[in-house]
Amino acid sequence: MYPNNLKYSKDHEWVDLETNRIGITSFAQEALGDVVFVELPEVDVEIEAGDSLGVIESVKAVSDLFSPVSGRIIAVNEELLDRPELINEDPYGEGWIVEIEITGEADLLSADEYEKLVKEE
Amino acid sequence: MTELKQTPLYQVHLAAGAKMVDFGGWNMPVQYAGIIEEHKRVRESAGLFDVSHMGEFEVKGKDAKAFLQKILTNDLDKTEPGKTLYSPMCYEDGGTVDDLLIYCFSEEHYWLVVNASNIDKDWQWINSKMEGDVTLTDISDSIALLALQGPKAQSILALLTDLNLNELKSFRFIEGQVEGVDCVISRTGYTGEDGFEIYLPPTEVTKIWETLLEKGKPFGLAPIGLGARDTLRLEAKLPLYGHELGKDITPLEAGLGFFVKINTDKDFIGRAALAKQKEEGVPRKIVGLEMIDRGIPREGYKVAIGEEEIGYITSGTASPSLGKNIGLALISADKAQIGDEINVIIRNKPAKAMIIKTPFYKREEK
Repeated sequence: MYPNNLKYSKDHEWVDLETNRIGITSFAQEALGDVVFVELPEVDVEIEAGDSLGVIESVKAVSDLFSPVSGRIIAVNEELLDRPELINEDPYGEGWIVEIEITGEADLLSADEYEKLVKEE
Repeated sequence: MTELKQTPLYQVHLAAGAKMVDFGGWNMPVQYAGIIEEHKRVRESAGLFDVSHMGEFEVKGKDAKAFLQKILTNDLDKTEPGKTLYSPMCYEDGGTVDDLLIYCFSEEHYWLVVNASNIDKDWQWINSKMEGDVTLTDISDSIALLALQGPKAQSILALLTDLNLNELKSFRFIEGQVEGVDCVISRTGYTGEDGFEIYLPPTEVTKIWETLLEKGKPFGLAPIGLGARDTLRLEAKLPLYGHELGKDITPLEAGLGFFVKINTDKDFIGRAALAKQKEEGVPRKIVGLEMIDRGIPREGYKVAIGEEEIGYITSGTASPSLGKNIGLALISADKAQIGDEINVIIRNKPAKAMIIKTPFYKREEK
């Protein structure tokens, strides 16, 4: 049920190693509920895995987004500023959040491994 | 951790796919289809809420009325059989114990409907003030409570009862049957819409819940969780205990002066402190604000003018009906007025907001 071409973090983010895009998984958006606000990071900034990538707010809750990888932020999805609901509607497509030029090795899960993790939660 | 309490509809909520959360020690549905969709449904057609977690106390006896007058800030002379009254209940210092509804069956028989998270505290408080010929009984476990809210509420309820709902005015209640079940039905609610609250036996609530949803479906009726209940009440600026009201917040500060009868000869607990506060002017007040800059005001965020902190957010959300980010704040009374710009401190950064008139949302009268 999780796309096989993507990699995943334990914090419920997906990483597309082809396009460098990062977003949150269908499991994460479902748990958050209606996303109503997104705060995006600045472009052209170097970040380490675990650094803040911004904030996602649902009607009820504020959630920090932490980078699953290290690298340089090369783009943010500004469409989300006006349409944060894209994260709910199309989490792996139009709901992407940032593009990061990844440096070094990232500790990521395969779709199968991620699915197992979700089932254990 | 103590086990979460469940309403009689717990299994029904699970079967409906509700997302459950801990609300004041109760395992309650926070949403079914999604908060925004549910919110709009109540504004546009109708929604059904399980609020069986609310507490009900029965007060009986020759001195029942005099006793309630002592512990409540509103005027009990305004009640009569068939009337529902809203009132804060205060400590001696004017801080708020709870806000509740009083159902008058006769001058010797009342129900008090209290907030779920305050049941134990209220029970102890009221018992500690007991005097005269009064008996107090916690009947919470023998009463389930449904709220049917929205512009289509009356049309839907009329399909299940012969009672004349046209005659049932706001803040009135009647005893009668819904689908053959004995109920107490009041025209009250917590959404800013027209609607009803239906008190009934827990053994019958599943049947009534399911029948209402089935018959109401053509009108758009669906179950609504506590998430939308909160955004609905916030748009209507209805206070929530623990947010706009509390031990350290008086009803006058919360803007509920209408329900504090200092202008009558009634004596009640907290009267002296509240009369003094009224005379001197409240030190703080609840105001409504709308964000100008990006950001959602959230409970606990600080509010400032320039460098000076003037208060904090008590409730805030992205308003589904208005498409704006709104909040209520408790601020120093003399620091800002309607139309003034203030800052909400969001993640250590000031974001501009304007103090605006409340309620944020008011339904159009028929």
